[in-house]
Amino acid sequence: MSKTPLQFRHNGRDVAIFVDGGTNLLVALRELIGDMTPKFGCGQGGCGTCSVLIDGELHLSCLTLAETVAGRSVETLDGLKQGPNLHPLQRAFADNFAAQCGYCTPGMLMAAKALLDRNPSPSRADVIEAISGNICRCTGYEPIINAILAAAGGRASA
Amino acid sequence: MAVTVKTFASAGEAAGALSSDRSARYLGGGTLVMRALNEGDVSISTVVRANDQALTRVDASGPRVTLGAGVTFARVLAERDLAFLHAPARSIGGPAVRNMGTVGGNLFAPNPYGDFTVALLALDATVAVQGGFGARDIAIEEFLQSRERQSGALVLSISCTRPASAEAFRYRKIARIKPKGGSVITLAAHLPISGGRIAGARVALGSMAPIQIRAKGAERALEGRVLDSATIDAAASAATEGTSPADNALGSAWYRREIIGVHLRRLLSGQE
Repeated sequence: MSKTPLQFRHNGRDVAIFVDGGTNLLVALRELIGDMTPKFGCGQGGCGTCSVLIDGELHLSCLTLAETVAGRSVETLDGLKQGPNLHPLQRAFADNFAAQCGYCTPGMLMAAKALLDRNPSPSRADVIEAISGNICRCTGYEPIINAILAAAGGRASA
Repeated sequence: MAVTVKTFASAGEAAGALSSDRSARYLGGGTLVMRALNEGDVSISTVVRANDQALTRVDASGPRVTLGAGVTFARVLAERDLAFLHAPARSIGGPAVRNMGTVGGNLFAPNPYGDFTVALLALDATVAVQGGFGARDIAIEEFLQSRERQSGALVLSISCTRPASAEAFRYRKIARIKPKGGSVITLAAHLPISGGRIAGARVALGSMAPIQIRAKGAERALEGRVLDSATIDAAASAATEGTSPADNALGSAWYRREIIGVHLRRLLSGQE
């Protein structure tokens, strides 16, 4: 079966790859681009660890047909840091012990970025809603919620 | 396994491709078809897409509301004119799923999903489909009853009449995980009032049968009555009529039968 050429922006950089029909964006990012930050969790849209931003909107890369991002902008955790400096969200996650095993962290950070890009001063309820599609089995969520609120400016109550 | 992806400019061309290939599936938001591909569903060998703007059109300005099949739940939530559909849209998935999932795809979502369709069933929606022999409108109840045979047809849009008031349309989803979780049961009721009495009652249930169904016993108990405690008692008692829930990880069939009347009573009473 022939491969399909695909070009899109990956963390601000133009990339061109060839994909098999039906390849999902997660496989394209990890296996063809070498960006290992989005993780494979469930493959069903239930866990959120493959979350990326497509044209600034939160999407699940495992449920996105790779071909549908042609000409669009895809942001992953790999593009979050600014040079040698951690993004404020990454710094807040470290400071608030918001990562234990770390498997959910890439998706949590992208869900948090999608929220703060849209709403720089979220309430606690906004944060809970924003990460409601992302599962964490380690932290009990509280450190993650606190980290996102800290990154947003320290608002700790709804 | 690699599949063939066919992308068309118009919905009509996509419908033609879909109807001529039994192993083709239409890809909307991806939350159903990509999941099937990830699970290795070998029955799908062709994925059909359409970039037709008509599929993402929202017409919500008048009394009759029409949503293109490709309209996402995030888009529904962004439309102030669609406030009556915000509760069902918000009850689906997390933000990423709402950015991807579409109202057309929800018609095909199996239990414990398909909550938006429960709302549309209570609103007596009409589904516009295009098959190999042209376009036609189907009542949503008929569409759902023949859903397994509809995979060769492309859903173009769904339309319904806007409820007369916020009170006239009610929706409730029971899930174990909040704010996101699969449905234990889902209920929606449309209760138009004429001369102080209910005229044209519709009660729809999700996860109480293999497809979304109307609770016709409850509808009969409500029809022509004033919505008082006696009427609500009668409707709640009749809620299980015609249902055939199944056991799954979220709840047993017995549990669903036990709680459906309780939640219908709360829905009709306006309780949280």
